[in-house]
Amino acid sequence: MVGERYVPTKKELEEALIKRHSLSVQEKIAKGRVAIAGLGGLGSNIAMMLARLGVGELFLVDFDQVDLSNLNRQCYGVRHLGVKKTEALQAQIKEVNPYVQIKTKTIRVTEENAVELFLEYPIVCEAFDQAENKAMLVNTILQHCPNIKIVSGSGMGGYGSSNEIGTKKVMNNFYICGDLVSGIEKNYGLMAPRVQLCASHQANMILRLLLGIEEE
Amino acid sequence: MRVNGVEIQLENTMSLSKFLLEQGYDLKRVAIERNGAIVPKGMISQILLSPEDTLEVVSFVGGG
Repeated sequence: MVGERYVPTKKELEEALIKRHSLSVQEKIAKGRVAIAGLGGLGSNIAMMLARLGVGELFLVDFDQVDLSNLNRQCYGVRHLGVKKTEALQAQIKEVNPYVQIKTKTIRVTEENAVELFLEYPIVCEAFDQAENKAMLVNTILQHCPNIKIVSGSGMGGYGSSNEIGTKKVMNNFYICGDLVSGIEKNYGLMAPRVQLCASHQANMILRLLLGIEEE
Repeated sequence: MRVNGVEIQLENTMSLSKFLLEQGYDLKRVAIERNGAIVPKGMISQILLSPEDTLEVVSFVGGG
């Protein structure tokens, strides 16, 4: 039955997820709508985890295309080199769960367009690379969109202890994951293990929010 | 004044932006909550701090 051309039906896939996650949990996850701003080391891995959970709708936003320097930590392969990250990620999500609703926008997020882009989403995941862009998005959303919860990543460079990476609710509607200090400014390289640890913290916080848990 | 959970003595009346710069923050990389409300970027230099204020300052670092 399971062969190269076999694609499970929506019902089969939902049943498999319910079996793993339980019905009451999966009902909430399936209603989830999450926007991901930035599809690099954090965003690409977070999106794949949310797709595996069976989150109902994902909105993927990035202006860039896949580069050779991304392969050390981002969820792309050689076959995606030169492809827009929005398209490369959408294709991979479809392989994991063909029934996640995916919207994409290949655009650079700015102070001017952020509110319009993300206004409809109750949860926004900040997954940019540059500190200034992280601050811009968090400030813009917190200031103008009081109903949006934002889950951000800051400090995941290098190969320091895994145990320094955490999740913290720092303000109303604002959660931050990472060790808060290991930035690229200090010449820490970005490597898969700690980047994915941080991505996992963000994905799990988003899952908790979908389940109605607001503590860090 | 309380900043990120730590009591700090305010010696002079001072704007929020001056305080943050003196503490070594890069204003382009921070998000600030003052007394439970996010501080709009344009207000950082206009707000005068009071000893009763509670601040949460988050400073972002790069990488993702």
